[in-house]
Amino acid sequence: MSTPGPGTAIRLVDCAKTSPNGTRALQRTTLEIASGETVVFLGPSGCGKTTLLRVIAGLESPDPGGRVFFDDEDVTVLPIERRNVGMVFQSYALFPNMNVEENIAYGLKVHGVPPAQRAQRVDEMLQMMQIGELRERRVTQLSGGQRQRVALARALAVQPRVLLLDEPLTALDALLRERLRIELDVLLHSLGVTAAYVTHDQGEALAIGDRIAVMNQGALVQVASPREIYYRPRSRFVADFIGTMNRVQGTVRDGALELPGGRIPWNQEAVGTIEVLFRPNDVRIVAESEAQLRGKVAQKFFLGDRTRLHVSGVADRMVVVETSEHREFSLGQSVCLRIEPDTLLRLRE
Amino acid sequence: MGRTRNFYLQLGFTLLVCAFLILPVLMSIVAGFTENFFIGVKSGLTLRWIVVVWDLYAPTIFRSMYIALATLAVTLVLGVPTAYVLAKRPGLVTRLIEEFLVLPVAIPGLAIALALILTYGGFRDFRTSWMFILVGHVLYTLPFMVRSVLAVLSSFDFRILEESAASLGAGFCRRFLGIVVPNARSGIVAGSLTVVTLSIGEFNLTWMLHTPETMTLPVGLADSYASMRLEIGSAYTLVFFVMIIPLLIALQRYGTQRIKKVGRA
Repeated sequence: MSTPGPGTAIRLVDCAKTSPNGTRALQRTTLEIASGETVVFLGPSGCGKTTLLRVIAGLESPDPGGRVFFDDEDVTVLPIERRNVGMVFQSYALFPNMNVEENIAYGLKVHGVPPAQRAQRVDEMLQMMQIGELRERRVTQLSGGQRQRVALARALAVQPRVLLLDEPLTALDALLRERLRIELDVLLHSLGVTAAYVTHDQGEALAIGDRIAVMNQGALVQVASPREIYYRPRSRFVADFIGTMNRVQGTVRDGALELPGGRIPWNQEAVGTIEVLFRPNDVRIVAESEAQLRGKVAQKFFLGDRTRLHVSGVADRMVVVETSEHREFSLGQSVCLRIEPDTLLRLRE
Repeated sequence: MGRTRNFYLQLGFTLLVCAFLILPVLMSIVAGFTENFFIGVKSGLTLRWIVVVWDLYAPTIFRSMYIALATLAVTLVLGVPTAYVLAKRPGLVTRLIEEFLVLPVAIPGLAIALALILTYGGFRDFRTSWMFILVGHVLYTLPFMVRSVLAVLSSFDFRILEESAASLGAGFCRRFLGIVVPNARSGIVAGSLTVVTLSIGEFNLTWMLHTPETMTLPVGLADSYASMRLEIGSAYTLVFFVMIIPLLIALQRYGTQRIKKVGRA
């Protein structure tokens, strides 16, 4: 078997899903995932992200009218076993009646790959996932991280057209999750496989996704690059769901946005009282001479790589500021702040 | 650790109860080997009665065995898929079906047998063949197979294993035989042992359903008790023990293994 070629593009057209009890698990959704791209579906539980993944996989069929394409092939009516997808489940779903090697070989066997090639491919996968020493192990004897690797190896062994991952790291502890996240990112991009990845963890989404599809109440809310999702959220939901976002009210007057703690230059069109949003790391703590805004430290949290301050007096509510400076802050201390005007964000909805 | 007086009292009581239960079994075994039970062991030990039993009742022994195996085959073919469907679609309807399946266990065997005779007794060839008994045994043992397999299927998420097998290209038959059945094995084995044990020992139904040509071992036992010397009946019981005790031991072993396996990956 050759190494995987360029991935298959996925196209969803008007895919909705109504569950038997009549609730809409997925609103009408149209989306394209480019060849080799990793799209992360992110949202709170019950937002429809897993349903969407299952529609792509062929485990659920979309309501009439919806179509699923792999490249130009309409796969809507094909059941999952004929779509050639690789799936990794949150619980890994390894077969307990088989050892590691047999688990990885299962798909190859089903596809009728001759034993010699099968063995070779299993070797490749064991090597790629660095689990050669686990070959003979029963899956009940594996740790969570090891199971995850076996599950990935098993899904990739058959060189699937697309790889579908349903919360693959959620069951792991934080440290391991971080490590596997990096490995997974490298793996997905080096293989060039098209991947759809479901998670409720924003950190995972930002790190792994070429694009993030934020979902809420069964609908796509915004589909964009992680950077854009983070810095240019299109709705309050996206802004609030990903990272911490400050949301304050100010009044535009004489080319400046007036807040209780000071003034920021303002050149966008708007008049009267408006709401603006900005990220904690877009606020700089500056010397008195450069200050736009002034406030007092109300709470402080040392996070290791940065310090998070809750600053009062700047706006109508507490403003969260993050700094990577090493200096110590004390409660009640006055701080001078500066925000670049182009990092301020306004939302219509 | 010193053992208290209480411990020895309890031990004594337990042993007494055991003796009360086991003694008749031992008496029966001794009787089967004794020349003349009324005179006692001093009349001499013999294998004569076993030989007599073999001459008179060998066909009933073989018949019981093949009816048990046929019952097993039918309950496997019917019971495993039934349990699978019940586990896959839990709901009111499947719950009702499950309860319905268990009914034959609660209804007296004689009543079921009577119902079978009333309904199918007119089909002479069927009525006089061993298949008639097979039907009764399947009715009675099927719930045990279904329950046993269902218990194992409920102990792990086989649906996701199936989905994962499907994503790797496996069609339904392949998933069912290669993933569902092997992972439900402990329940299938325990169910099989139960079915065979129950079928070999079944008397109530069989007594009504049998004809002189389709007598099974337990029915033969009743016949020998009623019409033969006590020693012959006892020797016959002995044969029954030899058949049933290994099954009971195996059942005990697999039954406990299954409990340990619940909660695996």
